[in-house]
Amino acid sequence: MTTATHNIEIDRDKGDFKYAETHKFDAGVGLNEGTVDYISDVKGEDDWIRDFRKRALKVFQDKPMPTHWATKDLENIDFNKIRYYLAGDQRAKKSWDDVPDEVKETFERLGIPENERKFLAGVEAQFDSEAAYSNIKEAVAKDGVIFMGSTDGLMEHPEIFKKWFGKVIPTADNKYAALNSAVFSGGSFIYVPPGVKVSHPLQAYFRINAENFGQFERTLIIADEGSEVTYMEGCTAPKFDTATLHSAVVELVAMPGAKIEYITVQNWSSNVFNLVTKRAIAHEGSVVKWIDCNIGSRLTMKYPGVILKGRKARGEVLSIALANDDQHQDTGAKMIHAADDTTSNVISKSISVGKGRSTYRGQVRIPKHLKGCKNNTECDALLINSDSRTDTYPAITVRGDQNYVQHEASVSKVSAEQIFYMQQRGLSEADAMSLSVNGFVNDLTRQFPMEYSVELKRLIELEMEGSVG
Amino acid sequence: MRASLEIKNLNVMIGDKQIIKDFSLTIPKSEVHAIMGPNGTGKSTLAKALAGHPDYEITSGDALIDGESIINLEVDERSRAGLFLAFQYPMEIPGVSIANFIRAARNARLPEGEDLDAPAYYKELYEKMDRLKIDRKFTSRSINEGFSGGEKKRCEILQLAMLNPKYAILDETDSGLDIDALKIVSEGVNALRGPELGALVITHYQRLLDYIVPDKVHVMYDGRIVKSGDKSLALELESKGYDWIKEIAENAA
Ligand SMILES: Nc1ncnc2c1ncn2[C@@H]1O[C@H](COP(=O)(O)OP(=O)(O)O)[C@@H](O)[C@H]1O
Ligand SMILES: [Mg+2]
Repeated sequence: MTTATHNIEIDRDKGDFKYAETHKFDAGVGLNEGTVDYISDVKGEDDWIRDFRKRALKVFQDKPMPTHWATKDLENIDFNKIRYYLAGDQRAKKSWDDVPDEVKETFERLGIPENERKFLAGVEAQFDSEAAYSNIKEAVAKDGVIFMGSTDGLMEHPEIFKKWFGKVIPTADNKYAALNSAVFSGGSFIYVPPGVKVSHPLQAYFRINAENFGQFERTLIIADEGSEVTYMEGCTAPKFDTATLHSAVVELVAMPGAKIEYITVQNWSSNVFNLVTKRAIAHEGSVVKWIDCNIGSRLTMKYPGVILKGRKARGEVLSIALANDDQHQDTGAKMIHAADDTTSNVISKSISVGKGRSTYRGQVRIPKHLKGCKNNTECDALLINSDSRTDTYPAITVRGDQNYVQHEASVSKVSAEQIFYMQQRGLSEADAMSLSVNGFVNDLTRQFPMEYSVELKRLIELEMEGSVG
Repeated sequence: MRASLEIKNLNVMIGDKQIIKDFSLTIPKSEVHAIMGPNGTGKSTLAKALAGHPDYEITSGDALIDGESIINLEVDERSRAGLFLAFQYPMEIPGVSIANFIRAARNARLPEGEDLDAPAYYKELYEKMDRLKIDRKFTSRSINEGFSGGEKKRCEILQLAMLNPKYAILDETDSGLDIDALKIVSEGVNALRGPELGALVITHYQRLLDYIVPDKVHVMYDGRIVKSGDKSLALELESKGYDWIKEIAENAA
């Protein structure tokens, strides 16, 4: 790998810069069995996983686009023009010193090693298809916590991996889950042993650096009985002229009494199709909380879900989506109640700016035979200027009379008069807008970890500056 | 030249309707001028046009702060140049607390990269709130949301006190206030009077001017000033009524 090529290009965003590409491994353009074989060969995978990929490829090819309910923009993804695997190395480095310079610099600019020192229990940094760096604090590893890239996880802990992999989200769940299952690479693998409480978050950072590229990370988190873990992921990509695809699959397993908090800070550039399937299984008395904030991308379709499988399990989705000009945030939540006394809470806040479009799509299912189940769903939309569009499809199916659901929705506007008022006090138009957006999401972000709220506030400010131009 | 807020032959249109007609007025720094006039005469239009409201088009004329024209500046630039408007109808901004809002406005006045000294800021904020008899709990309440009429007006004066403008326009700050609130607000404004502030107090009623005693009074009718005088003009207007002004305006036309 050469390290002297420093063609840095910077635009307005912190994430919008890129270095020249120097990939040792490249599966080429387009997708067929050969692509899958290339990936399996390079990774040195067992046959079961190669077969799994090939079956998934078939499912992907056979499944139609979900355009009967979803946006037609999906048809603009040209799967033949995408590159499915790009990597410098398959094995992640455990020290930043060993990470190739331009990759290291990328993450330094995004503040990753600094955050690791400050408040994280472990970090994984993925660059295109593979993790370039992965490290867990010694004290946490000593408790038996496993945290590594999933390529490494699959090699080093096949017994745990195989047991859970593809069980929460089956290959055929949807076309993009099938695509991911065929060509997945990278993502995080976490196992927390019974009773272990990881006090600081584990963080993964996903970086797309190459044009025409598809990133297909696969994350699997298992929190064993009574354990607790918080995982944070951040994503960025530079702005390319052509579309980039990000299609991840994230599976969480919360064993009885376990607690998982999964936090996403997504700041994709506006050429990224972001089609992600995220789901958790929550066993008895466990709690799964998704905190999902979607900023940027051309189209995001993401509906984190929890299957409430054990008695008294609890699922939460707290989400914020910000759709700027020419962006569509199609997000929501799925709560599938499958045991008595399970509770779920969905709070969704969307902001549409200019021609930006937000859609909330929810699914809450409580079958008739259950009792003592509760769901609360709140969807609030904020419109900034009249071109904005927002739709809500809550789809709450509750059978039987021994369960309780509550649903609230609101739409509010930031008027020109409000902006004028704030500007009269000396705030720029962008500052006025981000102040009102932050005001709108405030009651939700107060529940987030501090570092994360600060980052989110900063991203909203950047986005508003961009929207005023 | 003396420092002043100078309005020169200003013409303002809303849509295709001319509201402000060749309006001229100079408010020297340290003075307080009052504009009185019947409803619909263009007082608020004048205030908002000076502040740069996008719906109010200045078709000709000029407005200058200490000799510098402001009419080509953005709304926020005019504010930072030293112009403050206490609104007749202050907007509610959900989720944005008074403390955060004023802090953001103060930060906007600092050079890039510099941040406010938070403890000093809160000390000052609390002092000024106390003086305006605003409960300290209000710092965390959203700006104007669910405030009574009087609370909104006090919150406007609090912002005025915190932002230290060179010139302030107070648009019917007295409307909706009972006599106690009127006294508190007036004391707040009077405390700010001095060599560093010029003020234009817009009011429909003479009552306010008993508490904020103006250096000059101007009577406005149909988009222009029809009569100017000292504070006794306000009393004369009070006793003779606005019909008297109509007559003067019609005779002049
Ligand atoms: N935003 C607006 N759109 C259309 N007409 C307006 C608007 N604001 C004010 N006007 C009109 O301009 C005139 C002056 O109004 P205004 O300045 O509010 O008067 P005042 O403050 O003296 O009561 C009125 O005829 C009013 O109807
Ligand atoms: Mg008025």
